Amino acid sequence: MNVKQISIPGYGKPHPVWQQAVQDSAPILLGLIPFGLTCGIMGLTVGLNPFEIIMMSVLVFAGVAQFIAITMIGSGIAFWGIVLTSLLVNLRYLLMGASLAPFTLKQSFPSQALLSFLLTDESYALTISRATKEGYSFVYHLWVSLPIYIVWILSTIAGVILGNYISDPLAWGLDFAMPATFMVLLFPLLKDRISFMVCGASALAAVLGSMFLPGKWYIIVSCLLATILGGILEGEKK
Amino acid sequence: MREDILFIICGMALVTFATRFASLGLFRTTGIPAWLDRWLKHIPAAILTALIVPSLLLPQGELFLSFQNHYLVAGIVSAFIAYRSRNIVATLSIGMAAMFLLRFI
Repeated sequence: MNVKQISIPGYGKPHPVWQQAVQDSAPILLGLIPFGLTCGIMGLTVGLNPFEIIMMSVLVFAGVAQFIAITMIGSGIAFWGIVLTSLLVNLRYLLMGASLAPFTLKQSFPSQALLSFLLTDESYALTISRATKEGYSFVYHLWVSLPIYIVWILSTIAGVILGNYISDPLAWGLDFAMPATFMVLLFPLLKDRISFMVCGASALAAVLGSMFLPGKWYIIVSCLLATILGGILEGEKK
Repeated sequence: MREDILFIICGMALVTFATRFASLGLFRTTGIPAWLDRWLKHIPAAILTALIVPSLLLPQGELFLSFQNHYLVAGIVSAFIAYRSRNIVATLSIGMAAMFLLRFI
């Protein structure tokens, strides 16, 4: 097969930036697999069918938002609650997108759209770190982003297949996998005094909210209260 | 594919793409306003906390503060592992093992 016939930017060029990109993203890809597997299995436990779970990974491609949506579907929350929560957890992409904008705006419109769709915490971290060290590279940006998407979909599919062999996941306490997964995502975020206070405030509001508010509205309400507190505390610090 | 699930997935896909794409237009010249930056940075931690804590303290929808609450006990074990290891495989396997032991012993 003649690789030069494949029209993927950077592929087959003498300077293999894409190889370096794939190398840099390899540890991330490995770490992603358990999350994708969990996503597939958890989707089945809340009663989604395999096609729905896989389509979610293909179209949405946002781990945290997907886990939260799966939890919410399981507890019977309807359209607006889930879409609003997805919007809230993904607002951080606004910051990352803005930080990459000086580079991405120089690309063609389809490339901008593609790189935006593929934006994740991990690909952002790798791209911006290379941009500050060796300068921005479109090929690098694309090749740290694309494998994450592919591995996310493949590991979701593997999770769905694996989950089919577990007959009654709830009887095994498998729903506990969700809070345990969230803990691994949460602890690295608690870096300073304010983030601990936001976490405490959100915990308190969520417990009170789940006792006294209807449905699962406590998720959005406690998030808003805690982040407003965080914003005020950050403002006082300066 | 059920219609309501299809709508949910499409809605999520739309808002997710919007957050990833919008800043190219919105903050192209001005940069991100400081107040927005301060507010946004705490959202992931706040939402994750709001999901974790009630699922451990109120597994059945009512406050259940007791060592009989398997979710709470396994949750404390997992929190410790997650904090020390930062590793999903270690946290999930030890946490699920704790849950399994509590259920069947």
